[in-house]
Amino acid sequence: MAAVDVIGLTAERAAAMLRAGECSSEELAGAYLERIEVFDPALHAFLHVDPEHTLAAARVQDQSGNVGLAGVPIAYKDLLSTKGVPTTAGSKILEGFIPLEDADVVARGNAAGLVSLGKTNLDEFAMGSSTEHSAYGPTRNPWDQTRVPGGSSGGSAAVVAAGLAPWSLGTDTGGSIRQPAAFCGLVGLMPTYGTVSRFGVVAFACSLEQVGPMTLTVRDCALLQQVIAGGSERDATCVGLREPIVLPEPGRLDGVRFGVPWAELEDGVDPGIRERFDASLKLATELGAELVDVELPYARHGLAAYYVIAPAEASANLSRFDGVRYGLRVDGPDLRSMVEATRSAGFGPEVKRRIMIGTYALSAGYHDAYYVQAQRVRTLIRRDFDAAFGGVDAILLPTAPTTAFPIGSRMDDPLAMYANDIFTLPVNLAGIPALSIPNGLVEGLPSGLQIIGAAHTENTLLRFGAAFEQAIGFDSVPPALRGGAA
Amino acid sequence: MSAPWQKDGYEAVIGLEIHVQLATNSKMFCSCANQFGDEPNTNVCMVCLAHPGAMPVANSEAIRQATRVGVALGCRIPETSEFSRKQYFYPDSPKAYQISQYDQPLCAEGLFRVPGEGGFDVRLTRAHLEEDAAKMIHAGGEGGRISGSAGSIVDFNRVGTPLLEIVSEPDIRSPEDARRFLTLLRATVVAIGASECDMEKGSLRADANVSIRPIGSSEYGTKTELKNMNSFRFLERGIEAELERQLEVVLGGGTVQQETLHFDPVAGTLSSLRSKEQAHDYRYFPEPDLLPVHQTEAGLIELGSDLPELPAARFDRLVAAGLTEPTALALAVDAGLAGYLDAVATATGDLKTSANWTMGEFSAHLNGAGLSADQSPVTPERLAALIALVVDGTINQTAAKEVFGVLVEDAQATAAGVVADRNLAQVGGDDALGEIIDAVLAAHPEEVEAFKGGREQVIGFLVGQCMKQSGGRADAKALQGLLRARLNG
Repeated sequence: MAAVDVIGLTAERAAAMLRAGECSSEELAGAYLERIEVFDPALHAFLHVDPEHTLAAARVQDQSGNVGLAGVPIAYKDLLSTKGVPTTAGSKILEGFIPLEDADVVARGNAAGLVSLGKTNLDEFAMGSSTEHSAYGPTRNPWDQTRVPGGSSGGSAAVVAAGLAPWSLGTDTGGSIRQPAAFCGLVGLMPTYGTVSRFGVVAFACSLEQVGPMTLTVRDCALLQQVIAGGSERDATCVGLREPIVLPEPGRLDGVRFGVPWAELEDGVDPGIRERFDASLKLATELGAELVDVELPYARHGLAAYYVIAPAEASANLSRFDGVRYGLRVDGPDLRSMVEATRSAGFGPEVKRRIMIGTYALSAGYHDAYYVQAQRVRTLIRRDFDAAFGGVDAILLPTAPTTAFPIGSRMDDPLAMYANDIFTLPVNLAGIPALSIPNGLVEGLPSGLQIIGAAHTENTLLRFGAAFEQAIGFDSVPPALRGGAA
Repeated sequence: MSAPWQKDGYEAVIGLEIHVQLATNSKMFCSCANQFGDEPNTNVCMVCLAHPGAMPVANSEAIRQATRVGVALGCRIPETSEFSRKQYFYPDSPKAYQISQYDQPLCAEGLFRVPGEGGFDVRLTRAHLEEDAAKMIHAGGEGGRISGSAGSIVDFNRVGTPLLEIVSEPDIRSPEDARRFLTLLRATVVAIGASECDMEKGSLRADANVSIRPIGSSEYGTKTELKNMNSFRFLERGIEAELERQLEVVLGGGTVQQETLHFDPVAGTLSSLRSKEQAHDYRYFPEPDLLPVHQTEAGLIELGSDLPELPAARFDRLVAAGLTEPTALALAVDAGLAGYLDAVATATGDLKTSANWTMGEFSAHLNGAGLSADQSPVTPERLAALIALVVDGTINQTAAKEVFGVLVEDAQATAAGVVADRNLAQVGGDDALGEIIDAVLAAHPEEVEAFKGGREQVIGFLVGQCMKQSGGRADAKALQGLLRARLNG
C-alpha cells in the first residue's frame, strides 16, 4: 500500500483524490491511523481509536464508490455521541458508556460517507479552555508540546494541526471551537445558534452551544458545515439554515465595512496578538474594506453573565449522572450515599466548581440576583451586537487575547483561565456566528482572527475568511512536521 | 354548595391539585408509546432514561389536548407559555429535573362551575403541562410502600407520560364539595376525550391543600398538603380526617404545621411525609432545549368550536327539559349514557320517558353485563321502538320489561315482533276489562266485602288478580279506574 502523504492535506483535496482514484479511502484512513499510532502517544489527542472499525468503514465507502466527500476521514470530539462507540465527554463518570444513538451531526457525517478515525480529547464536559481538565489527561499542542492546544475542543484541534485527521468536529459553548483553532493554527466556525442539531451532544450549557467544524482551510470549513448544518426533528431548537452554505472563493473586500470595538482591546491583550490583529486590519483596508468604530458596551460583562448562565444550565444538565442507570457507580449503604460517592469520584474539580456555582445561582433567594440578572445582561449584549450590525457587515476581534499558554500555567487560577474566552463568549451569549482563521504567528505560535457576523451570515463570514486567508498566506503545518516528516 | 364543613366556630378551606395523564399515543417529550400496563421498562428510549445527549421534543398532540382541557375548564389561554426545569434528585426522575411549567403555564386562571342545587364556583389558578415521573416499586415493603422495604426498583415506562396539573384556588368549603368538584371536573376531561381519568390506574390523581380558619375570617390558616387519595371516597375521607385533626390541634391550643401528609385509606390515618423545613428548592429555570409554545387566536377558536357538549351544560339542558337533578347529574357525568339517551330521545321525541328507560332498565342491563352504552345490543333505535309501543298504549310497563329482556337476549328481535309473537298487546277496552273484573270479583267475595267495609288497601290485591287473569297485559291505569267504579258503584 503506497503511503499517502497526509501532512497539510485538506479534506477538499482528499475528496478529490478519492474521486479521481488516486488513493482509496482505506489507504487514506490507514495513513492517518499510522500517524495516530506514532504521534498520538505524545500528543494524547484521541481518547478512543479503533483501527479495525475505521478501516472497515473506509472499505464500505470504497465499495460504494467515493462520491462527494465519501471516504474522507474525520475525528469527532468525544462530547458527540457515537452509537456503539464509547463516549466519555472527558469524564470518569461516563467511563465505559456506550450511546444508543449517533448524535445528529455524526449521523449526517455518516450519511455523507465520512469515516470516523476516533473520538478526541476535551476538557471534562467541555468545561475549560485548555483540555487540561480532561479526566484522561491533557492534550499537547502540536506547535509546542509544552503548551496547551486550547479547549475545550483541544483534541479536535490538535489532531488536525498534527496531521492525524484532515478535519474534525468540535463544540463551542464559550469559544471552545474558536480558541483551540486559534491556538493550533486552524479555521474554526461557531455557527448561528439553532442551525446545527445538538441531539446527541452531551449537554453542558444548552442555550449557548453549537457543533462546528475545525479545519485547515476556510473552504474545508464550508464543506463540513454543509454536511452538519440543517434542521432536526430531534432538536426542537434547531431550525436549520436560512440559505445553503456556499463554497467561498477568495477575493477582494471592496465596500465591506468591518466594525472594530476598540474599547474591548484596551486591556489584557498580549502585545504580539495586538500586533497581528492590527496587521489584519491593515490587510482588510488593502483589500478594499472600510474600518468602522463600533461599541459593544455590555460585551465586557459577558464573562460574568456567562459564568452564571453556563454553570446554571450545567448544574441541571449534569444532575442525571447519578450512578443509577449507566456510567460509573460507586456503591454506598443507601441511595443518597451511592449518588454522593458516585458524583464525588466521577466529577473532576472544575466540573464540581461549576455545578456549585450554577446550583447557587439558581437557588431561592439568589435566583434573581444572579440568574435573572445574567439573562438581562445577555439581552443587552444581544442588543449591542444588533445595533453594531446595523452599520457594519462584520466585527473583527482577536480570537483569544494570548497564544497557547504552557501546560499547568493557569490550572490554579480559574479566573485567568476563564478570561481567555473574553472575546469569544459574547458571541455565544448572542447566539450569532463567528469564524476564527489563522492570523500568523506570534513568537512561533499561531494566533487567531475572529470575524463575527449577524445571525445566519455564515456565507458572508466564510467569504471574508477566504479573502483574509489568501492575503495572510498562513502555513498551517507546524514546523516540526514540515519536510515530509511522516 | 352543600352544607359547608363548620365546627366549633371553624370552617374548612380546601383547594385541589389534580394531575391528569393525557391519553396521547406517544409520551410528552419522545416518541415512546404512552401505554399503561406493559412489561416494565419496555416503552423507553434515551430520552426516557436521560442518556447524555438526549433532547426533549414537545408532543404537539399533548399540547392540543391540554389546551382543550383548559378551554373546557374556562381557563384563559395565554398567547405564549414556556417549559421550565423543576429540579430534584430522586430515582423516579432520571434527569433529576422534571420538565414542567413555572411562571408561564399553558392555561391561566379559569372558573369552573359545579351546577345544580347547592352548586358552586371554583376558581382555577392554572393548568400546566409536564411529564410524569417513573414508577417506583419498593421491594419488600408492605404493599409496595417504601417503609420497611429493602430496595427499590424503577419502571421507566411511565416516565414522560404527558401530565396536566390543574390547580384550584382554595374555594371549596367541605369534603363533599371537593368530591363533587372533582367528579364534575373528571367528567369534563373524559367528555372531551383528553384522558381516561382512571384513579385506580393513576391517570387521575388528586392532592388536597387543607386548612381551617375561624368562620367569617378572610385570612387563610396554615395549610397541609394531602397526597395519595386514589379514589373519590378516599379524597373525601382524607380531607375529613385532616380537618378533624387540624381542629383538634387548634382547639388544643396548638398551631397547625405546614407539612405534606400521606393518607392511609385502610387505617384512615395521616402520616407526615415532609415538613416545611424539608421543602424542596426546585431551582426552576426556563427549559433551554424547548422553544416557547405559541397559541393563535384562530387556533383557539377552532379548538373551542370542536369541543363536545360539556357536563355542566348537559346538566342544565336536561334539567330544563324536566329531568330531576340527580338524573340529570348522573347523565351529565356519563358521556356514553348521555349520548345514548340523546339518540333515543331524538327517535322517540320524548326525553323524559327516554331518560326513565335509559337510567332504568338500560342502565341496569349495562351494569349487569358490564357493558358500556355503545357495546349494548340494545341500540338506541331498538329501545326507541319499544318506548314508542309503551307511549302509544300498545303494551303496558310489565310487557315492555319482558320485551326489553328479549331485545337484550336476541339481537335480531324487534319490539313489535316480540309483542306479536308473545301476544303482549295490552287489554284495554272497557268490555274486555269488565269481563275480567266480573270474574275476579265473583271469585273473591270476602275481599269485596272488606273493601266495602273500609279496607281500601284490598284493591291492590284485586288489581293484581285482574292483572294475573289478563296474563299481565291489562292496562293497569284503566283497570284501576274501572275496578274502583265497580266497587264503589
